[in-house]
Amino acid sequence: MLCDNCKKNDACMHITQINGNNKIDRYLCEECAAKYGDFIMQEHSENQPEIFSVNDFLSGIFNNSPNDQQTTPANAPPAGEEYACPSCGMTYMDFTRSGKIGCGTCYNTFRNRLEPLLRRIHGSSKHTGKIPHRAGKTLNIQQELALLRKQIETYVDSEEYEKAAQVRDCIRRLEKELNLNEGRS
Amino acid sequence: MLQNIFTDNNITWMDGKGTDSDIVLLSRIRLARNFKDLPFPNRASTEQLADARSRLLSVLDKISATTKTNYICLDMDKLTDLQKRVLVEKHLISGNFTKHSDSRSLIVNADSDISIMVNEDDHLRIQCMKSGLDLSDPMMTAFDTDNCIEEEYDIAFDDNMGYLTACPTNLGTGLRASVLLHLPGLAATNQIAKIINISPQLGLAVRGFYGSNAPGNLFQIANQLSLGFNEKELTENLSRAVQEIVSHEREARRALLAYAEDKVCDQAWRALGILKYARSLSERELLSLVSNVRIGIDEKIITSIDVDVFNKLIIAGRTNYLTNLQEKENMSQREIDKKRADIAREIISDSSSDKEVIS
Repeated sequence: MLCDNCKKNDACMHITQINGNNKIDRYLCEECAAKYGDFIMQEHSENQPEIFSVNDFLSGIFNNSPNDQQTTPANAPPAGEEYACPSCGMTYMDFTRSGKIGCGTCYNTFRNRLEPLLRRIHGSSKHTGKIPHRAGKTLNIQQELALLRKQIETYVDSEEYEKAAQVRDCIRRLEKELNLNEGRS
Repeated sequence: MLQNIFTDNNITWMDGKGTDSDIVLLSRIRLARNFKDLPFPNRASTEQLADARSRLLSVLDKISATTKTNYICLDMDKLTDLQKRVLVEKHLISGNFTKHSDSRSLIVNADSDISIMVNEDDHLRIQCMKSGLDLSDPMMTAFDTDNCIEEEYDIAFDDNMGYLTACPTNLGTGLRASVLLHLPGLAATNQIAKIINISPQLGLAVRGFYGSNAPGNLFQIANQLSLGFNEKELTENLSRAVQEIVSHEREARRALLAYAEDKVCDQAWRALGILKYARSLSERELLSLVSNVRIGIDEKIITSIDVDVFNKLIIAGRTNYLTNLQEKENMSQREIDKKRADIAREIISDSSSDKEVIS
């Protein structure tokens, strides 16, 4: 007898599968039986093709954003051309389908709709940590300024006015640099 | 070197050294980065993908000088499917990365502990690995590599949202830190579920390394959040959680040995016996035997075998790696299982200090 599956090799195994009231008999060759066995084993493992991915899940969240119903009719036209990203042409609809974002500009285009989502994924929508030197130059200075301003307060509180004056000079220099940078860009 | 990467079972980043290396096999850092003025790979044209790749290649010399190691570039369109699957098994590339080959490349150094995936979900995925529990060292290497790139090119970044990535789950730091753990003690005492349940509260995710029922008692733990915390906070949080797990694992092993030393001994020696003499081994069986042998080595029950045998066997037992070794695309299950047993015997006899002849 030939294998039910590949119809090439001789069948050497008899498998009976019972699903509720259905009973299926199969005669398989060794190779197909091994594959069948793997298939059964993998049903409960992560090796099987993912049933749904993170992106599918995200696209679900995109679709059911509770803010949508309230904000969309009020301050935005219905989703469509107007929501296309000027840089890569991605629309909000594309997101809701793929769960993936098209380019860096998209984050700006869809900022208002993404921020609530980010808070739901990460519990926050404000980045702290590493900053690229070029793109984040002004931000670097701003973070440093914030730090120095805190420092100056502690020096004033502890009446170390000389140190406070030094920090103040530092702040002035940075502020000048910041103004220059902003003027350029 | 190019050939070695597909046939070598001795991977530097899992050499069995480092902090807590009896339980922590591997620490890994991954940074997601994108170039500012190019669409992310899922929406980029062929030219734009090629552009992203040539940008990275243009700074490769600089990266090479900074990290003091040489790199090779593997273009995905020049590899066979089997070779790609071997790279997936070695955790150098993701399964997702094998779906497209257009301008997709893997940049990897000689020790394969630093690698960059070009045009996966993001333009760049910088990956640094180290054996044992040490996230700060690979973090530094990843930062150095990242700095080389951002000195030359603008990176997609937003003041509020941080590094911009194709998937919002990586946004912010773009960091995914993960640790690979061998937890036979906790598994034997049914405590894995506790760890899996508590980890989301710490912003961490635990999963079986080779599938949800964790063959070989191997588990991976990684940070889930990437925005709102800086890199140091994220890695320290993970490190601390791992240290906690390690101490519980040690406790569990002590308890096991106190209550059932005979059984642990028997399992370890029995597993070694099978590995030494078996003529056919399935992937699952190999992993569980290897786990039993490893706990035997860790607890000084088995002293005649090197520790790194465990790590070697994990890689050497993988189906695609074995198939590639045979240089045959279609091996039957039976042939693979036979080859797996052959390799296992070879590795065991190579590392046994008492050179007993096993053939």
